Amino acid sequence: MATETLSMGKALNTGLRRALDDDPKVIIMGEDVGKLGGVFRITDGLQKDFGGDRVIDTPLAESGIIGTAVGLAIRGYRPVCEIQFDGFVYPAYDQIVSQVAKMHYRSRGKLALPIVIRIPFGGGIGAVEHHSESPEAYFAHTSGLKVVSCSSPQDAYTMIRQSIASDDPIVFLEPKRRYWEKGPVDTEADYPLHASRVVRPGTDATVLAYGPMVRTALDAATAAAEDGRELEVIDLRTLSPLDLAPVFDSVRRTGRCVVVHEAPSNVGLGAELAARITEKCFYSLEAPVLRVTGFDTPYPASRVEEDYLPDLDRVLDAVDRTFGW
Amino acid sequence: MAKGERGTTTRGTTTRGRTAASRRSGSTAGRPDPELIQLLTPEGDRIESVTGPDGVEYRVDFTDAEYREIYRDLVVVRKLDAEATALQRQGELGLWASLLGQEAAQVGSGRALRPQDMAFPTYREHGVLYCRGIDPIMPLGLFRGVDQGGWDPNEYKFNMYTIVIGAQTLHATGYAMGVTMDGKTGGDDSEAVIAYFGDGASSQGDVNEAFVWASVFNAPLVFFCQNNQYAISQPLERQTRIPLYQRASGFGFPGIRVDGNDVLASYAVTRAALDNARHGQGPTLIEAYTYRMGAHTTSDDPTRYRIASEVEAWQAKDPITRVRAFLERQKIADADFFAEVDEAARREAVHLRERVLSMPDPQPLSLFDHVYPGGSPELDEQRAEFGRYLESFEGSAH
Repeated sequence: MATETLSMGKALNTGLRRALDDDPKVIIMGEDVGKLGGVFRITDGLQKDFGGDRVIDTPLAESGIIGTAVGLAIRGYRPVCEIQFDGFVYPAYDQIVSQVAKMHYRSRGKLALPIVIRIPFGGGIGAVEHHSESPEAYFAHTSGLKVVSCSSPQDAYTMIRQSIASDDPIVFLEPKRRYWEKGPVDTEADYPLHASRVVRPGTDATVLAYGPMVRTALDAATAAAEDGRELEVIDLRTLSPLDLAPVFDSVRRTGRCVVVHEAPSNVGLGAELAARITEKCFYSLEAPVLRVTGFDTPYPASRVEEDYLPDLDRVLDAVDRTFGW
Repeated sequence: MAKGERGTTTRGTTTRGRTAASRRSGSTAGRPDPELIQLLTPEGDRIESVTGPDGVEYRVDFTDAEYREIYRDLVVVRKLDAEATALQRQGELGLWASLLGQEAAQVGSGRALRPQDMAFPTYREHGVLYCRGIDPIMPLGLFRGVDQGGWDPNEYKFNMYTIVIGAQTLHATGYAMGVTMDGKTGGDDSEAVIAYFGDGASSQGDVNEAFVWASVFNAPLVFFCQNNQYAISQPLERQTRIPLYQRASGFGFPGIRVDGNDVLASYAVTRAALDNARHGQGPTLIEAYTYRMGAHTTSDDPTRYRIASEVEAWQAKDPITRVRAFLERQKIADADFFAEVDEAARREAVHLRERVLSMPDPQPLSLFDHVYPGGSPELDEQRAEFGRYLESFEGSAH
C-alpha cells in the first residue's frame, strides 16, 4: 500500500502523470493545459516534464480539441482532452455525440477511439454564467459514450487512470467544487471502473448521488443519524452504463429512495433512476422515489446558487417526505 | 509501376511566399479563370506545364500506358456511379450521392496519393475510394442500409465516409498531427494526409477550426475542396464572397485553384501539395473547381434550383471526353481500347449490381454489436431481452 493524503485536484494530477508515464501514446490536450497547468491547475507541471507534444496547448476551439482527438486516436494515440468548463463543451457537442460516440459502431468495431473528455462540472464556486453547469444527461443519453464522475480523491486518482486505459470513449466529470477537498489515496488500489459503491451503509432509506452531491448526501446522512435515521448513501460513480445492482439491493432493504443531483430534474438522471428502481423494486417501495435536484432553470447567478443547489436540508426534507407517505 | 505511383510532378521552385491574390470575385460557369491550373483543356489540348501563382511548376509526365489507365479509372468510376444511381431508382438503395461530373477531381487526387497517405472522405468520394483499392460495393452497404461502411480505414488508408458536413476535416488534422508526432514527415517516404470536403462545408465551423489547427501545428495535410458549385440547392454565392482557395491565405497557408474537371491538373496539384506536406511544409488548400452534374443525392431535384444552360455549359467541360479527345489525337489509344474499356466498365457494373442484390440484411441482434469496445453489461441485458422476445415468436430462427 502506498497511501497518501491528496486533494482531489492533486489526485487527478498524480493520476494523469502516472498515465503519461505508463503509456507513451497518452497525450493531454486542451486550452491552457501546458504552461498554466489548466485553469484549475489539474495539469500543473505536466508539460514541463513531458513536453509540448505530450501536453498540448491547443487553439481556443472546443470542436477542434475533440475533432483532432478523433484523428489522433485513429492514428493510435490516447488523447485526454480537457474542456475548460462545463458550459463550454457545447461547441464540441457534435464531435462528441456524432463522431466520438459512434465511430466504433459505424466501423463495425474496426476503429476504437480511446478518448477521455475531462470536464470540470457543477456549481458551488461562485462562478459567472456558463461555468457551473451539469451536462451529464446529454452525454449519458448518447450510446457509445461512457460517462463517469468521481467524488473523492481516491476515485479521482484511480478512475482517471482507468478511463485513460479504457478503449471506450469516456466523458469524465470532475466536481470542481470538490477539487480542494483532501482524502487518502492508495496509489495501488484496484477496483472496477464501472461500479457504483455504497459509501455509507444504512437501513432506513437509500440516497443516490454522484460527483459533488456525494459529499452533500453523506453530510445529510450524518445529520439524519443524529435524529435516529440511518441513511444508506450510494455513490453511482458511473452514469452510463449505470451499475444498479447495488442500488436495487439497497432499495429492497430500505424501501425508500431519494436521488440527488445538481442538474435540473426534467429528463435528468434522476428520472431514469426513478423509473428503473420502480420497474425492479416496485413491491419493496414504501414511497415513490423522490428527486432532489437543481431547478428547471438555467444555472442562476452565483449570489443565489445556494438556493438552486441541493443541500443537506433539502435532502433531509425529501427523506422526511418518503417517511410521511 | 504500382497504382498510385504513376507519373511525376516537378516540385520546381516551391515557395511559401505567394504572389498577391487577384481580387476577382467567385467565378461562374463558362468564364475562363486565369488562376485555374489546367493541363488539359476541355477540347483535349495538352498543356505541357503551368506555373501557378504560388510559383510552383505543375506538370505530369505520364507514360502512354498511364494515360490509358487514368482514362480507364474515369470511365469505370462513372459507370459504377451510374449503376448505383440506377439501383437507387429501382429501390435497391435508400439513397445515393452521385459523383457525376467530379470524376477528374477524385481520380486525379486519388491517384496522387502515395500508398502511405491517409484520406478522410465525405460521403461522395466513390472515385477516391476506388483509387484506394477498396471494393466499390463497400459504400453501397451504407446507402442500402445494411451497414454503415464496411472497410477497414487503417488497412486501406481511407477513413469511413463522414456525413456530418466538415467533421472529417478535424479528424484529418488530428491524424496529420499524429503523423508529425510519429516523426513521419521530412522525407520522400514520409506520410501525408488529405481531407475532402465541399464548397458548402467551407462555411462550417469545423472546417475553419481545422484550417486554424493545421496551420498552427504545421500539419502534413492537404485540404481538398471539391467546389461543385452547390450545397444541395444553395449556390456558391451563399457560402462565400471570395474564391474559396483564397481563404487559405487568411489562415497562413497556400491555397490554389485547379480545374477540377481536368484529371491531369488535379493529379499534379494534389501530388505537389501532398509532397510539400510530407516534406514538412505544412498544409495546402486545393479548390478543385468542378460541377456536380446530377443531384446532391437521389432525394433532391436540381431542376428546381439551377438552369439547363448552366448544366450545358459544364457538359462542354466534361472530364472524360477531354481525356478521350487527347488520347485519340495523340494516338495513345485506339477504338479497340475505348471499346474494351467500355466493356470492362459494363462488366464491373453488372458484377456490382449482382452483388448488391444479394447483400443480406444484417441479423436483428447484430444491432447491439460494437457499441463499446469494452462492452456494457446494461446493453448485454438489452440484447438478451430482445433475443428472448424474438424467440418467443413461433418458428423464430433467432
